[in-house]
Amino acid sequence: MRTILLVAGAFLLATHASAQAPDPNLARNLAATCAICHGTNGVSQGVVASLAGNTKAETQVRMQEFKSGKRTGTIMPQIAKGFTDEQIDLIAGFFAQQSRQGK
Amino acid sequence: MTMDKNFGMKRREFLGWAAAAGALALPGCASMGGGASKGKVVVVGGGFGGATAAKYIRMWSAGTIEVTLVDPASELVSCPLSNLVLGGSTQISALTTSMSTLASRHGVKHIREAAIAIDTDKRVVRLASGTDLPYDRLVLSPGIDLNYAQVPGMEGQAAQDAVLHAWKAGPQTVALRRQLEAMPDGGTYALTIPVAPYRCPPGPYERACQVAWYFKRSKPRSKVLILDANPDVTSKAGLFKKAWNEEYKGIVEYRPNHAVSSIDAATRTVRFDVQDTVRADVLNVLPPQSAGAIARQAGVITANNRWCEVDFLTFESIRAKNVHILGDAIQIAPAMPKSASMANNHAKVAAAAIVAILSGQAPNPTPVCVNTCYSFITDKEVVHVASVHQYDKDKKTLIAVQGAGGLSPSMNALEGDFAWSWAKNVWADAMA
Repeated sequence: MRTILLVAGAFLLATHASAQAPDPNLARNLAATCAICHGTNGVSQGVVASLAGNTKAETQVRMQEFKSGKRTGTIMPQIAKGFTDEQIDLIAGFFAQQSRQGK
Repeated sequence: MTMDKNFGMKRREFLGWAAAAGALALPGCASMGGGASKGKVVVVGGGFGGATAAKYIRMWSAGTIEVTLVDPASELVSCPLSNLVLGGSTQISALTTSMSTLASRHGVKHIREAAIAIDTDKRVVRLASGTDLPYDRLVLSPGIDLNYAQVPGMEGQAAQDAVLHAWKAGPQTVALRRQLEAMPDGGTYALTIPVAPYRCPPGPYERACQVAWYFKRSKPRSKVLILDANPDVTSKAGLFKKAWNEEYKGIVEYRPNHAVSSIDAATRTVRFDVQDTVRADVLNVLPPQSAGAIARQAGVITANNRWCEVDFLTFESIRAKNVHILGDAIQIAPAMPKSASMANNHAKVAAAAIVAILSGQAPNPTPVCVNTCYSFITDKEVVHVASVHQYDKDKKTLIAVQGAGGLSPSMNALEGDFAWSWAKNVWADAMA
């Protein structure tokens, strides 16, 4: 069952990537800018939260709330405003695919 | 950052060698015969730019690109947070990260030697031992050179041993802390700051805060005197001035427009064109800076005889093809600081571009860099500055996004915890 889900997931991802993002590495590249505070591939080494393994919706909603001012914070309201909605979408999707333990 | 002292070869001697080596090299195909390898990358300089690039090229190429890191050091001593060592609230050992994981986990070949010459036409790096390393792509992350020739009185080694910079974290940091500890209460610590741009814009002002934090507790009659060649504080100005007027009132004095005209190291005296001469008990001179010496040898310094201009899509030198330059050594884009966060972000743009190019793909046309920089006002309370830089295809540079980024409203301890977390992540992102 698990294998089937993974295969189906990979198929959906591939379809999604070819339909929307001509550069399959764009999400990876964008998410890499987060690593200075959230760790390589979103696995944090400090008190700041890991992003790896969060659902896409979790990261996306939080970023959009920071961006709109609905959610307060220290640095993230300022940084979220620097990304487009499409970039936030890609970043959130990337972290949803990462393992919390790292590789 | 550890290589700039080791460049001693005369250019003529190198050119002769390079010509000989070129006859043997296979131009354009350093990786020929390497099996599944997509190419060879040599990284010169293992700081926040170079080490991060080395790791990410290995990671993003799934090990299909050979990466050789050239740096004599076995560990990275972090400039970020090193002012806390001067304040006495942390030790240099807490800021030191082994570089061994780059090899053991990521398969980076680390050669612990200095690169003494680069021939960008032949695409070879010459090591101190005489070994030559051919490359398909070179990552040059040489850090800064300290230009003592521009500070009369500081040209000699004796002067440089007496009047420290501590602008490259390590033995100088520890030695400056000892000078501060040895200074009697009632003394003056004076810090001179060169005209921007220099490494870490807020760093000198953070340093003044950390020394003041130490004096306030241990030597309360002592003074911190900031002698700034710039017309005003170059970063986080309001936040630092507030700290000097409140937290460190009566300890810190700030003097703008004080460009050093000469130093007498023996008497720790600073002279200026017209302003009053200053005599300090501990004198800390930050000389003007430029890209590390190996960049000068390689002929890739193109801006003001100091910095290396790059194409911000790939960080490739505008002068030398196949050479990607990172970190403090570059001629910055508008509003881009010379910081560890930026070097880390440069490294990833360059790594993505190198992996793409060596895989026969076009580099990402829309790179983004994020800067996050924390400065410690006390031992625990910090202020931040942040910015997001998106590539502008018309201006062909990275532009700070309007309305994004900004400062802390005031110093706070919550962000002190975040600053340590940032450091642990930026060290691990480069090394682990």
